[in-house]
Amino acid sequence: MLNRTFALAAFAALALALGGCSSMQKTDGTEAPVTDATGAGAGGAGARGGRWSGGALDDPSSPLANRVLYFEYDSAELRPDSRDTVRAHGGYLAGNRGTNVTVEGHADERGSREYNLALGERRAQAVKRYLEAEGVSGGQVSIISYGEERPADPGHDESAWAQNRRAVLVY
Amino acid sequence: MKRIILLLVLWGWHLMAAAGLTIEITEGAQGALPIAVVPFGGSSPEDIAGIVANDLKRSGRFRPLPVADMLVKPHQGAEVDFRDWRALKQESLAVGQVSGGPGNYQLRVELFDVFRGQGLGAWQFTAASQRDLRATAHHIADLIYEALTGERGAFGTRIAYITGLRSADGKERVAVQVADADGGHPQTIFSSTEPVLSISWSPDGRRLAYVSFENRKPAIFVQDVYSGAREKVADFPGINGAPAWSPDGRELAVTLSKDGNPDIFVLDVATRNVRAVTRHPAIDTEPSWSPDGRSIVFTSDRGGQPQIYKVSAAGGEPQRVTFEGKYNAKASYSRDGKYLAMVTRDGGDFRIGVLDTASKAFRTVSDGPLDESPSFAPNGSMIIYAARSQGRGVLYAVSADGRTRQRLTLDAGDVREPVWSPFPNR
Repeated sequence: MLNRTFALAAFAALALALGGCSSMQKTDGTEAPVTDATGAGAGGAGARGGRWSGGALDDPSSPLANRVLYFEYDSAELRPDSRDTVRAHGGYLAGNRGTNVTVEGHADERGSREYNLALGERRAQAVKRYLEAEGVSGGQVSIISYGEERPADPGHDESAWAQNRRAVLVY
Repeated sequence: MKRIILLLVLWGWHLMAAAGLTIEITEGAQGALPIAVVPFGGSSPEDIAGIVANDLKRSGRFRPLPVADMLVKPHQGAEVDFRDWRALKQESLAVGQVSGGPGNYQLRVELFDVFRGQGLGAWQFTAASQRDLRATAHHIADLIYEALTGERGAFGTRIAYITGLRSADGKERVAVQVADADGGHPQTIFSSTEPVLSISWSPDGRRLAYVSFENRKPAIFVQDVYSGAREKVADFPGINGAPAWSPDGRELAVTLSKDGNPDIFVLDVATRNVRAVTRHPAIDTEPSWSPDGRSIVFTSDRGGQPQIYKVSAAGGEPQRVTFEGKYNAKASYSRDGKYLAMVTRDGGDFRIGVLDTASKAFRTVSDGPLDESPSFAPNGSMIIYAARSQGRGVLYAVSADGRTRQRLTLDAGDVREPVWSPFPNR
């Protein structure tokens, strides 16, 4: 036991000496390129780190400025108030074949985490299918679910949950 | 060379002490057995008797006598006069002594039935370090628990869990941590600013599987708890989630959405081959093996809402398991296979439910409102789960009979997704 403790201490000292090496940063996961596209809240916050192609996407008065779509509890059905937004993005993407978008799906914190991860994916897929129906090529749209892991509102009440059941379009 | 450096770094990293969990008992036990665990003689950097007494108390089965109420403090059987302990209405008595010092501690413990005036057991141990002394104290609690209840104790086991600390910029730093079952000796196994979730212990207690978004998408990793060695085992397009070790330790049941929607697959950890277990356009996720390895329970919303289903590990037609309520998810078995713990929606609240698989009796063992991630202790005596308390993520451990409950909190930040380790080999 003593030997093992000593060996561990030696390793620890060595690790400390090597603390700045790239291997550690890589494994730690903290030094990954920061492309925070979680869309912290409504209203086009998904812009950070995204690729902007200028023009309509930059216009704050354009329907394209709206990047967040909200959902009902345990539902992946696009709400009527979201459809105009998705149509606008669909029209833009269909006319700009070189532009890609990532749809992030999110869930509120209630219930189990992996079910919510699946639910977030289902929401992102629903948006992708709608975009494709508007003439967008499937290759232009990637999806990812963050489940309940990236809340837009960190609160724990219905108003926070309503903000968190969302899909975010990230250009 | 790079690989060697990485390994060394991980070794050191494994030693990183983490902020500890604080335990408080929020619901006390009635009808628990009175036991006196006398402070050990000799000098020790750990309060051995205190650790033993706390373990026994947390089980809900024992009511340790406060040290201040002890009239005498014997350290060996020859010094014990049972009349002293009968006067205090104690049923059991444990005395012991620590000798030696750092590098070579020796411990001697004796357990007595006070009423009969008989010895029930005497044990000797050696320990090198302070860490060993803690482990030995938990082991002593296990032996006393087993001698008095006939069931194997789980105090020498560990828990793994996720911690989250939000910084000023709103980003959360998450970590996978492992601690003794009483929250002691916490260590960070992995940390990231990307999401990490869904920990599963290998049946030998050596490895953890979990989901990490460190590469900007969910992938499943397996990490050796002792060496820190780590490998990515599943990184298909879409969701790679909910890993669950098979009882033989060779396979992981996982959720993959590579074919378009989440289904249950079984991954051979050595060969990385995957085979489908379910094929359904609904969400199928959160697999958990039956203890005999023959079947897998999982969450599916194929009936319109999430419910628990059971399928042969070889595949086939799933059978619905839960019928009570509109939301049942993330089920896991007790080690004897008699019970399934799960998340259940009760009105607007999410609570922990326990299903008796034979009688189909269903009861809730928590009060909500946002409870999740139940995990049985390997001896079935307790269930640990995650909850929200005053806006913070905390853990609760409730005795299986619901009589005792304790809260485990971090000094700062959230703690969630607790998973109880298997028994250590003996």
